[in-house]
Amino acid sequence: MTDAFPPQPAAHMSRPTMASTPSAPETGPAISPLRPGDDPSKIAVAGQWELIWHKFIRNKVAVAAGCVVLLFYFIALFAEFLAPGLPSTAQPRFTYAPPQPIAFFVTDDTGARSWLPHVKGYTMSVDPASLRRSFVVDPDSVVPVGLFVRGASYDLWGLFPTDRHLFGPLDPTQPMNLLGTDRLGRDLLTRLIYGTRISMSIGLIGVVSSLIIGVVLGALSGYYGGWVDLSVQRLIEVISAMPMIPLWLGLAAAIPVTWSPLSVYFIITLIVSLLAWTSLAREVRGRFFSLRDEDFVTAAILDGSSQRRVIFRHILPSLTSHILAVVTLAIPTMIVAETALSFLGIGLKAPVVSWGVLLQDAQNIRTVATAPWLLVWPAGAVVVTVLAFNFLGDGMRDAADPYET
Amino acid sequence: MLGYVIKRILLMFPTMIGMSIIAFFIIQLPPGDYLTSVLAMMADSGQTVDPAEIARMRQVYGLDDPMIVQYWKWISGILLRGDFGYSFEWGRPVSELIWDRMGATLGVSVAALVFVWAVSLPIGIYSAVRRHSFGDHFFTFFGFLGLAIPNFILALVLMFVSYKYFGQSVGGLFSPEYIGAPWSWGRVGDMLTHLWIPVVVVGTSGTAALIRILRANLTDELSKPYVITARAKGLPEYQVIMRYPVRIALNPFISAIGWVLPQLVSGVTITAIVLNLPTAGPLLVRALVSQDMYLAGSFILLMGILTLVGMLISDLLLAALDPRIRFT
Repeated sequence: MTDAFPPQPAAHMSRPTMASTPSAPETGPAISPLRPGDDPSKIAVAGQWELIWHKFIRNKVAVAAGCVVLLFYFIALFAEFLAPGLPSTAQPRFTYAPPQPIAFFVTDDTGARSWLPHVKGYTMSVDPASLRRSFVVDPDSVVPVGLFVRGASYDLWGLFPTDRHLFGPLDPTQPMNLLGTDRLGRDLLTRLIYGTRISMSIGLIGVVSSLIIGVVLGALSGYYGGWVDLSVQRLIEVISAMPMIPLWLGLAAAIPVTWSPLSVYFIITLIVSLLAWTSLAREVRGRFFSLRDEDFVTAAILDGSSQRRVIFRHILPSLTSHILAVVTLAIPTMIVAETALSFLGIGLKAPVVSWGVLLQDAQNIRTVATAPWLLVWPAGAVVVTVLAFNFLGDGMRDAADPYET
Repeated sequence: MLGYVIKRILLMFPTMIGMSIIAFFIIQLPPGDYLTSVLAMMADSGQTVDPAEIARMRQVYGLDDPMIVQYWKWISGILLRGDFGYSFEWGRPVSELIWDRMGATLGVSVAALVFVWAVSLPIGIYSAVRRHSFGDHFFTFFGFLGLAIPNFILALVLMFVSYKYFGQSVGGLFSPEYIGAPWSWGRVGDMLTHLWIPVVVVGTSGTAALIRILRANLTDELSKPYVITARAKGLPEYQVIMRYPVRIALNPFISAIGWVLPQLVSGVTITAIVLNLPTAGPLLVRALVSQDMYLAGSFILLMGILTLVGMLISDLLLAALDPRIRFT
């Protein structure tokens, strides 16, 4: 009854240059997935996925966003190796230490420049009034760094024990905090990289479970109709009318404090997806109903296909690209939800590191004023991820139907 | 029209019952019940409680009744006596605590809604009329940014900027000297100077979404034959655009109450926690952390009802404006 959403504008920023391209002599259909130089006879026999791919890669913004998303998942996958340290290693000597800049050349006493990748060290000063220690980057002290160095030992994916890191200080006892440290002197870059793993995977697992809930309930309500359909629709209506954050808070607050971090992680994922499946289910159901009247479905029914065959062989395959786009657009919502819950102290909690847990340190405005990097980097990571997923999802939605004008 | 109104109001009740069930479920979710908490509190203060007394209290509070009976007792207390239960953290009935806070939540949400309308209408029209102009791309870019930045991060950044560069802390709804003061013009003015940050923070994503929708709708309308007719008969461009296409494209503005309001209430909740506003949000989180469940459940229920009433208003307005809706 409150289906007030008009069909989302599919094309907005994606093809801004269309209007200004000089008009070429018109050949063939006005909108064609054909690029200049492509062989028309090849396109004529291209499959649906090939056409979708052709349409997708013409959208440069979406392709760039896709690369960013892949990069983040790559970081999440190899977090232990890419991070220069371990997320829980505290350096009591360097609390709230500022970021150290990287430099590649050193100038020795004689004035000769030589190649030596390094970061600058710290000098400590104590404020005599408040007795607070503060660190400043000391341009004269040099901490040599290198690639593939030995550092703290870890088990990659819990399987392969090693102590190689992609980069780090050559002498592991020396500090290297490219993005600064937090109140316990833990390296922010390391924690951000480990947080990427948790935050990105919550989005992925959450969207898979809400897709399962959405498709199962949508299928049930479509198959049985009647009161099942009615009650599922009511349920969707109730949940989508509830303000999300209070509801999330209410469910997350009931998690017993004694639970292990892993079970908390899964239950948070479940809570986040429990309330996000409604839009997925609605989208799938709507697409389903609009496809039901298509000619090819009628043809399949007239050919005597069973209901199951019509659904799984004919309707679902043509839905897949749309579902993929919707799913991509749903992931950032989940990442933000987890971040918000953890930020408020109700979601994931320390030893676990996620972007939301990192942002918890930025709750106090005075802390942020002394150590702005604690806000800037985790917040930046969240915003970049959400933007990338949105652009990618928009591009996928535009490409999902390659025959559309 | 009357038939539509009655039908629409009747349809609201199942949703409302569903919401109350969810709120009750959340109240019941944490392990233990009301009495466990009271006993823990008494044990903390060194009192010992006789087991027979516990059994008697369980009887009095009806904690051994089946769920459905307990639900009925809870909901009938709310409906018949306005009794939302008892907050054992504050030692006061919930109904004494919530109304001020809900009023503030409603106020900030409505202010944010007005902000969303006021900003997205001119920008939406501009973007649709001057498509692919520099301004259009500029606003589209900011729209994407506005959609991508979560409320609480935007609030944190604004707080940081104003703390760092203007040297003032922006939390709260009033300056210290006006807290608890009676209403006066000075107090209203003071509130407005504080209100704009939460309103901007909460309204940004809704504004961005509404600009996109208005731009798309208006673009569709502008290419229709009646617009060409209007131009052909010599109407000034301003009238061509404002008289018909904009009026038709405005429908989403009304229906926006329905889907923006839950977002706004959500947004106000988390923004208020960051900015420390006296709305329902901070109290809700505090209640949840200390498992003061009757207070938390009441807030969740009332926020749900608030959005539901907003949706009802938007549907009725829409039907009043657009006869196509009430006759189908």
